[in-house]
Amino acid sequence: MIANGYLRSDGKKGIRNVVAVVYLVECAHHVARRVVDLANDENVHLVGFPGCYPNDYSYRMMRALLTHPNVGGAVLISLGCEGFDRLGLAREVRSSGRPVETVVIQTVGGTRSAIEGAATAVARIRAEMARTTQRVPVEMSDLIIGTVCGGSDGTSGITANPAVGRAFDRLIDAGATCIFEETGEMIGCEGAMSVRAGNPQIAAAITQSIANAAAYYRAMGHGSFAPGNADGGLSSQEEKSAGAYVKSGSRPISGVIRPAERPERAGLYLLDVVPEGSPKFGFPNIADNAEIAELIACGAHLTLFTTGRGSVVGSAISPVIKITGNPHTYRRMSEDMDVNAGRVLEGTATLDSVAAEIVELVCNVAGGGQSKSEALGHREFILTYKSIEAKGPACHPG
Amino acid sequence: MIDPVILLHPTDNVVVCRRAVSAGEKLQVQGQSIVVAANVDIGHKIACLPIATGREIIKYGMAIGSATGQIAPGDWVHVHNMRSNYIETHARPDTGSDS
Repeated sequence: MIANGYLRSDGKKGIRNVVAVVYLVECAHHVARRVVDLANDENVHLVGFPGCYPNDYSYRMMRALLTHPNVGGAVLISLGCEGFDRLGLAREVRSSGRPVETVVIQTVGGTRSAIEGAATAVARIRAEMARTTQRVPVEMSDLIIGTVCGGSDGTSGITANPAVGRAFDRLIDAGATCIFEETGEMIGCEGAMSVRAGNPQIAAAITQSIANAAAYYRAMGHGSFAPGNADGGLSSQEEKSAGAYVKSGSRPISGVIRPAERPERAGLYLLDVVPEGSPKFGFPNIADNAEIAELIACGAHLTLFTTGRGSVVGSAISPVIKITGNPHTYRRMSEDMDVNAGRVLEGTATLDSVAAEIVELVCNVAGGGQSKSEALGHREFILTYKSIEAKGPACHPG
Repeated sequence: MIDPVILLHPTDNVVVCRRAVSAGEKLQVQGQSIVVAANVDIGHKIACLPIATGREIIKYGMAIGSATGQIAPGDWVHVHNMRSNYIETHARPDTGSDS
């Protein structure tokens, strides 16, 4: 046993017991934020969707997030006239066995009444969760672990990312499910990646998803390459890609999944985050937290975030563990960094010793220990418009 | 003493700096002696073989772009003398300091 977790009615196990306070349109954001502030509880998290018009992807994401094993209940805050299907969402969250209440600002009489009503709802839901949530032992085979990189530099691909790759190998060998992304950052790696596919269908899905990402980013004008990447010594998209790709380790790739699609069995999965066809709503993901939200919507209990330049973000719902590959960044920003993979550059650690440290930290954070970003109160969340078809399990091994 | 650069893959034509390397420093890469031509920061690349214009830059054993000019062993390899084979690299016009 690595943790004393929280049993959900579908049999899944959480490592946190979060109440999600959800704004269903930007107009309800202020009320939701005030409710979270008033709760003053590290397990009451703010998430939401700012758009007024409905979007299938956003609905599926929100449904997956609110029925994530780390979430025990939800309070939905609606202005009243937005397009989000609040009734459908509440129904689906309720039928997952989680308590849920909805506060409609236009109905209850405005900002103050909505804040009061929703704060009371949060208290009721917390009480119900405390009364009914069963604790249960969590094993490695219950865990889904995601990885993402942000603020990469020339050190990321030679220290932090290969260390995470080796940690992934160890976690998968111990029965866990691991997810790496994102196809836009793997342009140029399709050949190396498809060789690792579990079967020819998966290999074809990998090649297809990278070709789609390359076409999408070409139409957008530039890729995921940010100016800070060049300052840090990376010269091209494919150089960044190769460095990002090593996060996936060396185990066979069991499938290609889409945002809000949960892997059906243990193994290593590629999360393809790029929309099909020509660009519709802009960049696939506008910032790192949009990708973290997608990993969480695929079931990630926690996320390993590698950085060279020094990202500080955490996330709502699931903890984020920071691994920096740059020893200078670690010294400059040690309050934000959980692991210093930069020691590999200085000769005081090896990729394997850092991998062992990462696995130990995964167990510790799964067991309730706080990651640095979690302890600092980082609970960032982004969900925007996107066009992703619900494909179902076609890309999983048959 | 720790080698100031890493050759990530035997077929690579660039090495990666483990620390800031100064112009004039001598490096040993696979038995070849190389003199560094410019100050090169941690994480940046230095050519360890001559790379002709249009030829691929190899790192991790994978092509990461092509040379846009003649590159000599010891040269700093970056956006000024290489480009992506996939998509244009987007960099800030001024990489100076904020202060």
